[in-house]
Amino acid sequence: MSAHLPILQVVVPLLAAPFCLFLKRGRVAWGLAVLASWAALAIALALLDQVMREGVLSYAIGDWAPPIGIEYRVDVVNAWVLVIVSGIGAIVSPYAMASIEREVEAGRIPLFYAAYLLCLSGLLGITITGDMFNVFVFLEISSLSAYALIALGQARRALTSAFRYLIMGSVGATFIVIGIGLLYVMTGTLNMADLAQLLPEVWDSRTVKVAYGFLTVGFCLKLALFPLHLWLPNAYTYAPSAVTAFMASTATKVAVYMLLRFFLTIFGAPFSFDVMALDRVLLPLALVAIASMSLVAIFQVNVKRLLAYSSVAQIGYMILGLSFATVTGLTATLLHLFNHALMKGALFMAMGCVMYRIGSVHINAMAGLGRRMPWTMAAFVVGGLSLVGVPLTVGFVSKWYLILGALERGWWPVAILVLLTSLLALVYIWRVVEAAYFRDFPGDEQTREAPWTLLGPTWALVALNLYFGIDAGRTVQIARQAAETLMAGISP
Amino acid sequence: MSFDLLVSHYNYWIVIFLMMVGFYILISRGNLIKKIVGLNVFQTSVFMLYISMGKVSGATPPILVYPYGEGDVLYSNPLPHVLILTAIVVGIATTSVGLALAVRIKEAYGTIEEDEINAIEARTEAAE
Amino acid sequence: MTTLLLLALAVPVAGAVFIALLRKNPNAREAASLVTAGVLFAIVLRIYRAVSGGARPEVTLAEPLPGIRIALEAEPLGVLFALIASFLWIVTTAYSIGYMRGHHEKNQTRFYLFFAFAIASVMGVAFAGNLFTLFAFYEVLSLATFPLVTHAGTDAAKRAGRVYLGILFSTSVVFQLLGIIWVYAVAGTVDFEPGGILRGNVGAGLVPILLALFVFGIGKAAVMPFHRWLPAAMVAPTPVSALLHAVAVVKAGVFSVLKVTVYIFGFDFVAETGASVWLMWAAAATIILGSLVAFTKDNLKARLAYSTVSQLSYVVLGAMLANGLGVIGSGMHIAMHAFGKITLFFCAGAIMVAAHKSEVSQLNGLGRRMPVTFAAFLIGTLSIVGLPPTGGAWSKWFLGVGSVEAGQIGLVAVLMLSSLLSLAYLLEIPIRGFFGKEGEGAHGAHGDGGASGEARAHADGSAPGHADRGGSHDAHDPAHAHHGTHQDAHAHHGAPRWSVAAITVTAAACIALFVYPEPFYRLMTMVTGP
Repeated sequence: MSAHLPILQVVVPLLAAPFCLFLKRGRVAWGLAVLASWAALAIALALLDQVMREGVLSYAIGDWAPPIGIEYRVDVVNAWVLVIVSGIGAIVSPYAMASIEREVEAGRIPLFYAAYLLCLSGLLGITITGDMFNVFVFLEISSLSAYALIALGQARRALTSAFRYLIMGSVGATFIVIGIGLLYVMTGTLNMADLAQLLPEVWDSRTVKVAYGFLTVGFCLKLALFPLHLWLPNAYTYAPSAVTAFMASTATKVAVYMLLRFFLTIFGAPFSFDVMALDRVLLPLALVAIASMSLVAIFQVNVKRLLAYSSVAQIGYMILGLSFATVTGLTATLLHLFNHALMKGALFMAMGCVMYRIGSVHINAMAGLGRRMPWTMAAFVVGGLSLVGVPLTVGFVSKWYLILGALERGWWPVAILVLLTSLLALVYIWRVVEAAYFRDFPGDEQTREAPWTLLGPTWALVALNLYFGIDAGRTVQIARQAAETLMAGISP
Repeated sequence: MSFDLLVSHYNYWIVIFLMMVGFYILISRGNLIKKIVGLNVFQTSVFMLYISMGKVSGATPPILVYPYGEGDVLYSNPLPHVLILTAIVVGIATTSVGLALAVRIKEAYGTIEEDEINAIEARTEAAE
Repeated sequence: MTTLLLLALAVPVAGAVFIALLRKNPNAREAASLVTAGVLFAIVLRIYRAVSGGARPEVTLAEPLPGIRIALEAEPLGVLFALIASFLWIVTTAYSIGYMRGHHEKNQTRFYLFFAFAIASVMGVAFAGNLFTLFAFYEVLSLATFPLVTHAGTDAAKRAGRVYLGILFSTSVVFQLLGIIWVYAVAGTVDFEPGGILRGNVGAGLVPILLALFVFGIGKAAVMPFHRWLPAAMVAPTPVSALLHAVAVVKAGVFSVLKVTVYIFGFDFVAETGASVWLMWAAAATIILGSLVAFTKDNLKARLAYSTVSQLSYVVLGAMLANGLGVIGSGMHIAMHAFGKITLFFCAGAIMVAAHKSEVSQLNGLGRRMPVTFAAFLIGTLSIVGLPPTGGAWSKWFLGVGSVEAGQIGLVAVLMLSSLLSLAYLLEIPIRGFFGKEGEGAHGAHGDGGASGEARAHADGSAPGHADRGGSHDAHDPAHAHHGTHQDAHAHHGAPRWSVAAITVTAAACIALFVYPEPFYRLMTMVTGP
C-alpha cells in the first residue's frame, strides 16, 4: 500500500470526482468530497514523512520504467506543496457544505463537488509528477474545473470572470506546452530528472532559451505575476466563497511551484540565474507587484476584491524571495507558499461567513459586524494581522526570512520596501476592522453569528496561523531543506 | 539568415504564422465566440509544431515492419503524436467549457460582445 | 523560580478570563481585577528578591524560528520595570473602580479585560529574554491597548486610534523590525547579553544607523517626530492615560531603548563608537520641544501628555549618554517619573469626574473644594520637575552628573531649562486651584497664550469628557445604573473615594522615594556593574 502512495495521492480524489456526479444528493456528494480530501491530506502527510526520512521517492506508473514511462517523483519540495494543497483542500471541503448550499443552486451541488475534487486532483497531479507533459495535462484538469467552479458564483459577473480566466489561462497553458515541446526537441525526453541531466549540454542553444521564455510567460500568467494578473481579481471576487478560499490558497501556489521546479530543477539554478538572469527580471516585477497591488487594494470597496489584489501583492513577495537567488530567499518563498495559504484561506473563509449571513462582502456590509458576528470578525482580524506580519503569526515568519534574505544580499532598500508595504497591508485590513468595530449595524436585529460548520474550519485555519507563528521550527526546517534541494549547484 | 534555412524550416514558419493569427484574433476581437475560435487556431498551431517535429525525414510511420527487429527500418517518432492526441482532447474540453460559458453569458447579459458586457457591468457597478 | 516568571505572565491572563466570566456581577469582577493585581505584585516582589540576590531565572516558552526563542529572563532592569508596573496596576485598578463608575462608562468588562491583557504584555516586555520576545510583546501591547484607547467608540476615538496604531506600528515594523533582523544577520543571535552582542560583529559605521533604528523604531519612547500617538491616546478613559500612557506603555518604550542600549549594543561600545551623540541631541530637542508644546495646551490631559513626551526623552537621553551614571539616572527616571506622572493623571481624572472640568483655565478655586487632589498634584509636580523632597530629584541628579561625565555640558543646560519649563506649566494648575478666584475661569486662559479657551475646551476635550457621557444612562450593564446613582452622590462633592485613596498612595510614594530610593538604585547598579 505505502509503495503506491504517490499514485493514490492523485487517484483518490480523481476517482471520487465522477462518483460525486452520480450521487444525486448534495449532502452525500459532500460527504464523499470530505472523505476524499482528507484521505489526500493523510497521503500527503505520509509522503512528506517518508521523504523526510528516506529521501527522494520515485514511482513508475504502470511499472514503465522512467525515463520512458511516466514517473512520479516526490522530494521535499513537492511533498511540502502537496501538504499545503491537500491541507487546504481538506479544511475547505467541510466548510463548503453550508457555504455552497447558500451560494449555489441545489441541482448543481453534486457538480460542484465533482469539479472541486477534479481541481484538487489536478493541482496534486501537477505537483507530484516528474514528467513534463503530465504537468500540462494536470494543469488543464485543474484549470478547466477551476473555470467551472468560478462560473458557479452567484453574480453574473462570475461568468465573465470565468471566461476571461479561461482565455488567459489557456494562453498561459499553451505557452507552457510550446516550451515543453521545444525542450523535447532538444533533448528527446520528457522526464524531468532526465532533462536536468541532458540540458546543460545544450545551454547555449537558442531553442532552449526560447523555451525558457515561453515557459516564463506561461507560468507568470498562471501565477498571476504583475502585470499578467488581470484575470485574478475578478475571478476571486465573484467565485463562490469556498472556491475563492480554496483557489487563493492553492492554485497560485502550485503555479509558483511549477516555476520553481522548471527553472531550478529542470533548467538548474545556475542556468536560471547565471545564464538567463532570471533574478534580475523578476526582482523589479516583484517589487512593482508588491507596491502597486497593495496600493490598489487600499482603494477597493469589495472586500473579496481587496483580498484578491492583496494576493497579487503577496505573490510578489514569493517571487521576490526567488529573485534573491539565495537559499534564504528561497526559504522565504517556500515558507510564504505555506503561510500565505493559511492566512488568505482564513481571510476568505471569514468573508464566506459574512456572505452567508449578510449576502454581501461590500465594505459597508461589514458595518457593526464586530458585535453581530464576533467570531467571524475576530478570525478576520487575526488573519489580517497575520497578513500584515505581526509577530507570533505565520506572516511574521515569512517576513523575517524575506528581510533576512534581502539583508544577506545587502539590499537594504528592498528590506525597507518590504516593511513599508506590510504597512499598506495594515491600512487595507484596518479599513475593514474600522467598519466592523466602529460603525453601527444597520441591518436586521435577527442577524446572528455564522453557523459552526463555517466557523469551525475558519478557526482551524486561524489556529494554524497562530500555531505555526509560534512554533515555526518544523516548517522552517522543511522549507530550508526544500530550498537547498532546489538551489543545488549554487553555492549557498 | 540564409534562404535554405527559411525553406528547410518551413514547418516552423507555418506554425508561427498560425500562432500569430490565432493570438491576434484572441486579442483584437470582442466577440466571445470569435475569441474561442482564435484560441483554437492558437492551440492548433502548437499541435502542428509537435506533429511536424516528430517527423523524421525518410522514415516510415511508426508501425512495426515485418520481420520485427530485423533490417534497418527508420521510424518516425510516435511520441509527439500521442502527446498531441492528449492535447487535442484538452483543447476540445477547453473549447466546450468556453462555449458553455458563452451561452450562459448570453443568457445573463443578452449579448456576447465584450464591449457591451463591459458597459453593462460598468452600469451595474455604478448603481451599487 | 522559573515558575514565577511564567506566573507573572499567566496571572494577568487568568485574571482576564475571570473578568470575562464575572461580567454579570461588577463587584465580583472588580474584586477579580484587584486580586489579580495583588497576586501579580506579590509574584514580582518575589522575583525581585531572587534577582537582587543574584539569581537570573530564565525560561524558554517556544522556539518560533530556529535559534530564535520566545524566552523570559529576569534581570535587574526588567525587574525594576515590572515592579513599578505591577504595583501601580493595583493602585490604578482601585482608581478605575471609582472613575469608571463615577463617569458612567460603557463596556466596563471589556475595559478591565483588555487592561489585564495589556498588563500581561507589559510583563512580557519587562521579562523578555531576547529582542524577538521583546518585539513580540511590544506589538501585542499595542494591540491590547488599542481597544482601550478607542474605548469611547466615537469618531474622535477612531481617528485617535488610527494615529495611535498607525505610528506605533509603522515605526516598529519599518525601523525596529529592520534593526532586529539586521542585528540577527550580523550577530547571529538576538539574545540580551550583559555587555551587548554587537562588539566585533559590526563596523563602526553601522552602529549609529542601527542605534537610530531602535531609538526611532521604538515608537513608544515617543522621541520626536514620532510622538503624535501619545497626545492622540488621551481620548482614552483617564485610568488608561494614567497607567498605560504615563507608565506601562510609554515606559515599555523607553525601557526597550535602555535595554537594547545596555544588552544588545553594550553602553561601553556605544560610547566608544560615539554612535549616540547625535541621538542625545535628538532626545534633548524632544525634551525642550515637548515642554514648549505642553505650555500651549489648555486641556489638562493634553498638557500632561506633552509633559510625558518631554520626560520620556530624559530616559532616552540617559541611555544615549552611554555611561554608568547616565544609565542609572535613566533607569531611576523610569521609576520616578512613573509615580509622579500617574499622580498627575489621577488628579486630572478626579477633577474630571468630580467637577467635570478638563481645561486648565477652568480650574480656578477648585483646590479649595478638592484639597487632597490639588495637594497631590503639587507633590506630583515637584517630582516631575525634580525638586526635593520627591523622588524625581534623584533621577535628575544622576542624569545631570551623567551628562557632565559624557562631556556634554550643553545637555546640563537643557536639563535645567526643561525643569524650569515644566515647573512653570505644571505649577500653574495647583496655583489656580488654590489661589484662583472661582468663576473667572476661561477668560484667564487667553492670557496664557491659549487660543479661545472655551471653544477649544469643546474641541479637544470632547473626546474623553462629553462623548463618554453621551451614553451614560443607557444602562448597558444592568448593575451599572445602581452603582452609578450611588457614586453620583459623591461626584458633586469631590472625587470618588476609591480614586482619592489611589491618589494619596501615589503621592505618598513620590515622597517616600526621596527618602528611600535604595531598591531602584541598587537594581540599576546591578545593571551597570561595578
